[in-house]
Amino acid sequence: MKRQQTQKLAVGIITTVSFLVVVPILLVLIFMIANGIGGISWTFLSQPPRSGMTEGGILPAILGTIFLTLGTAIAAIPLAIGAAIYLSEYASDNRLTRLIRLAIVNLAGIPSIVYGLFGLGAFVLFLNFGTSILAGSLTLGLMTLPVVISTAEEAILSVPQEFRVVSLSLGATRWQTIRHQVLPHALPGIITGVILGLGRAAGETAPILFTVAAFYLPELPQSIFDQTMALPYHLYVISTQIPGMPMEIQYATALVLLLIVLSLTLIATFIRSSMRRRREW
Amino acid sequence: MNKIEVRNFSFFYGDFQALSGLNLPIRKNQITALIGPSGCGKSTFLRCLNRMNDTIDGTRAEGEILLDEQDVYAPDVDVVDLRHRVGMVFQRPNPFPQSIYNNVAFGPRILGTTSSGEDLDEIVKESLKSAALWNEVKHRLQEPALALNPGQQQRLCIARTIAVKPEVILMDEPCSALDPVATLRVEELMRQLAEAYTIVIVTHNMQQAARASDWTGFFWLGKLVEFNKTGDLFTYPKEDLTESYITGRQG
Repeated sequence: MKRQQTQKLAVGIITTVSFLVVVPILLVLIFMIANGIGGISWTFLSQPPRSGMTEGGILPAILGTIFLTLGTAIAAIPLAIGAAIYLSEYASDNRLTRLIRLAIVNLAGIPSIVYGLFGLGAFVLFLNFGTSILAGSLTLGLMTLPVVISTAEEAILSVPQEFRVVSLSLGATRWQTIRHQVLPHALPGIITGVILGLGRAAGETAPILFTVAAFYLPELPQSIFDQTMALPYHLYVISTQIPGMPMEIQYATALVLLLIVLSLTLIATFIRSSMRRRREW
Repeated sequence: MNKIEVRNFSFFYGDFQALSGLNLPIRKNQITALIGPSGCGKSTFLRCLNRMNDTIDGTRAEGEILLDEQDVYAPDVDVVDLRHRVGMVFQRPNPFPQSIYNNVAFGPRILGTTSSGEDLDEIVKESLKSAALWNEVKHRLQEPALALNPGQQQRLCIARTIAVKPEVILMDEPCSALDPVATLRVEELMRQLAEAYTIVIVTHNMQQAARASDWTGFFWLGKLVEFNKTGDLFTYPKEDLTESYITGRQG
């Protein structure tokens, strides 16, 4: 009888703990919605800030974050997918590839402020891109690489080896095999990884601090060499740098950022689950 | 006439010698069966004929496998071209998770052997006919291949292999996942295919080798113990080891 009781106790504890994990997430959401929803209006979403940012909206910051997320995608996706294909399909296990893998793991562990400083040194100053969307996108792209590479590699490795063997046995080249029998099946997984990476990039402040983000810039950027406002930095600015800032604007801004990041994550989750349902092997 | 001539061929996985000093002919338009217990090297040998073992790290070959008098392990051989000439059917039916049509069309498409869609349709049709599957699938070519039963799937895999017009077809225990009826159909099919192709089949099933092949090689611990006409090998085995294996006393 004792074993059954221990079993019941263990299951009880594990179940409780799992529910406890969800509680903070729900609390954050509820708290943000309760405090921020009142500040959200069409004006708030479609107007630039006015009167020292205490009035008006956050349109330039929203668009800035969207531009930066797109820029990050353009910078990171080709590199990450190329690296993932190389590591999973071509690289043999030798010292060089072990070094590459080590570098990727370490890249994931670097604090984001260090990426910001690196971006300042490398893109803004050395390559002379200036404080610009280009420099910010490249910095965010670099930061996003490790997570996209590892999820893409995982997605590629999950394609059954048999498909490759059969394709090669039919006289396909290695690249034709990857192109026609591996990548199509790995694509949903790769897309999931990309979106999760972008979700993280969209919410980061430190990497854009010195590379792109503008304190106050009501005009929209005209080219990739312009600065732009961005939601995370704007939130930091209005929360710490402006005295007499209405709380409602702060929470509303946070809520918008949260919704953008959450919707990216939800899209990723949706793609992953629909992929699992359609998988035939 | 010998399509393939194996001369003093050995094969290694790292330090492990999987095959030692093989000598045998593979005759054109005939069916050669390779029998022997698990781990005797017969599948390894089969995969040497189109160099599928190249995909495993740390393998090494010695000696020669001459395909039309050209050593397939020579440094200037294009493996992609070799595999186009020497096709393969695997143990488990393994169609791609695509439509029946696309499974057969995959090879011709990547080889660029066809220019127009009409040619491709014709190749798919002919290949499915050769694999004795056309009548069962002609009205549902766009349906998923995985909806077919295992016997049909294996014939689809044969059609897929035929579609690239190989000269030799290797079959690695092609019936081990099939029921007796489907097995017989594949054996009949092999007979028909042998008119146009050279076939090498690895099998665990000695009745199958006896029924379906012209020549039989008996492998034991990486060596070829005996190679002879199938009828002779099964009725008058020269080696004691062969006799005890085929009568079920050994292995």
